[in-house]
Amino acid sequence: MSATNSDSTTINSQKVNKQATLLSATNLTCIREERLLFDQLNIEINAGDIVQVEGPNGSGKTSLLRILSGLSQPFEGDISFNKLSIDSCREEFHQNLLYLGHLPGVKGEMSAQENLSFNLALHGFGKTVINTDATLAQVNLTGFEDSLAAHLSAGQHRRISLARLYQSHARIWILDEPFTAIDKQGVHDLEQLFKTHIAQGGCVILTTHQDLLTFTPSQVKKITLDYAFDSYGE
Amino acid sequence: MTKPMPTTNLSYRSVFALVLKRDLTIALRHKDDIINPLLFFIIVVTLFPLGIGPEAQTLSRIAPGIIWVAALLATLLSLDRLFKSDHSDGSLEQMLLSPQPVFILVLAKIVAHWLITGLPLILIAPLLAVLLHLNEQSYGALLLTLLLGTPVLSLLGAIGVALTVGIKKGGVLLSLLVLPLYIPVLIFATSAIDTAALGLPYSGQLAIIAALFFGSLTLAPFAVGAALKVSTN
Repeated sequence: MSATNSDSTTINSQKVNKQATLLSATNLTCIREERLLFDQLNIEINAGDIVQVEGPNGSGKTSLLRILSGLSQPFEGDISFNKLSIDSCREEFHQNLLYLGHLPGVKGEMSAQENLSFNLALHGFGKTVINTDATLAQVNLTGFEDSLAAHLSAGQHRRISLARLYQSHARIWILDEPFTAIDKQGVHDLEQLFKTHIAQGGCVILTTHQDLLTFTPSQVKKITLDYAFDSYGE
Repeated sequence: MTKPMPTTNLSYRSVFALVLKRDLTIALRHKDDIINPLLFFIIVVTLFPLGIGPEAQTLSRIAPGIIWVAALLATLLSLDRLFKSDHSDGSLEQMLLSPQPVFILVLAKIVAHWLITGLPLILIAPLLAVLLHLNEQSYGALLLTLLLGTPVLSLLGAIGVALTVGIKKGGVLLSLLVLPLYIPVLIFATSAIDTAALGLPYSGQLAIIAALFFGSLTLAPFAVGAALKVSTN
C-alpha cells in the first residue's frame, strides 16, 4: 500500500515546478480506528499547484486535509510550511491558510452578512472595511444579505463560507468537498477563482468526486489514496 | 475587484470584542440559552419552600445552600452550549485555524457564557432569597459570593466542556469531571453566607473564592485551548 502512495506522488513530482515549495509533508502516517489509512506519504505542494486528493469514501481524504491544515495530528510524520514546521510558525501559517471543512461553519442565528464579516474579521481583516454585500454578490447571494442563515439552504450555507475565498490573501487553500450542494454555474465560477488564485502564486488542495472541468488533466496534480483493509499491527 | 489587504495585527482587545459580540448576538437571538438556566434556577428554589414547609426558621437555615446548589446545577445545565454548537457546525475549527491566539477567543466565549447564564442568576438571586427568608445580614455575602463564584463555575466548566465536546454523549462525563471542581466554591460560598448571618466577618472565605476566581481566570483559557485542540483532533 505504501508503494502505491509513493508511486502516485512521484508521478506528480515529475512535473518539476521551479517555484517555491509552500507546503510539504514527509513520512505521513495516519491511523484511524486501528486502520492504516496511509503510510509514509510524502507530499510536496508548490506555488501554482492545484492538487486533487482522490480515493473512495473512507480512504482518508478528509483525514489528510485535516492533518495538512494542522487540525489533526498525524500518527507519524511532519508538515512544514515554507520549510518550517507548522507548529513553530503557527501564526504565520494560519495567516496563509484557508481551510474549509465539510462543515460550512455558518451560524444559523446570524445573517449571511454577519457570518461573512465575522469570518473575515477573525481571519485578519480586523477593522478593514470590506464591502461584504459585493462579496456576497459574487457568490450569488444578492438579496439574502440580511436573511438569517437558518432560513437559507445547504447550498447557500456553503456559498457563505466560500465567499471568504474571494477576499482571501491566504496562499494555501485547503478545501474539503467545496462543490457539495453547489450548482453547475457555481462550480464553474469556483474553478475560475482557483485559476486566478494559482496564477497569483497560491495553491489549492481539494477533495472532490467530480472532475475539474475547466482544467486540463495535466494541470491538476493528483494524490490517490487507496483504502486497503489493512489492520494496524497485523 | 481589488482585494483589501488584511490587517495582520489585530489587538487582543478587538479579537475579544469580536467574539464576545458574536456570542451575545447569537444568544439574544436564540433566547432559550438565556431563559433555560434561569428558569431552572427559579423553579428549583421555589420548589423548596413547597416541599419543606413555610417555617421561616428552617428556610433561612438552608437558604444559602439551596441558592448555591441551584446556581451550580443551572450553570452545569447550560455548559453544553459553550462549545457544542460551534463544534457541530464547524465554526470551532475555523476559530482554531484563525491567526488569533486561542486563549483570547476562548476567554471571550467564557465571558459571553457568564454574561448569558451567570449574570441573570445574580440579578434574580436576591428576590429568591426573600422567598427563602434569608437572614438580612447575609444579602451582601450572597451577592459577593455569587459575583465571584459564578465566573469560576463558567471557567472551570469550560475545561470540562472542551474535553468532552468531541464525544457524542459527553453529558454524564462532563458532570463527573466538573462537579468535583465545583465543590470548593460551594463550600466556601455557603460558609461565607452562614458566617455573615451570624454577624461575623466573612472576608476569609471571600478571599479564597477570589483566589479561585483569579486562578481560573488566568489558567483556564490556556487549558481550554489545549483541550479543544485534543477534542478536534
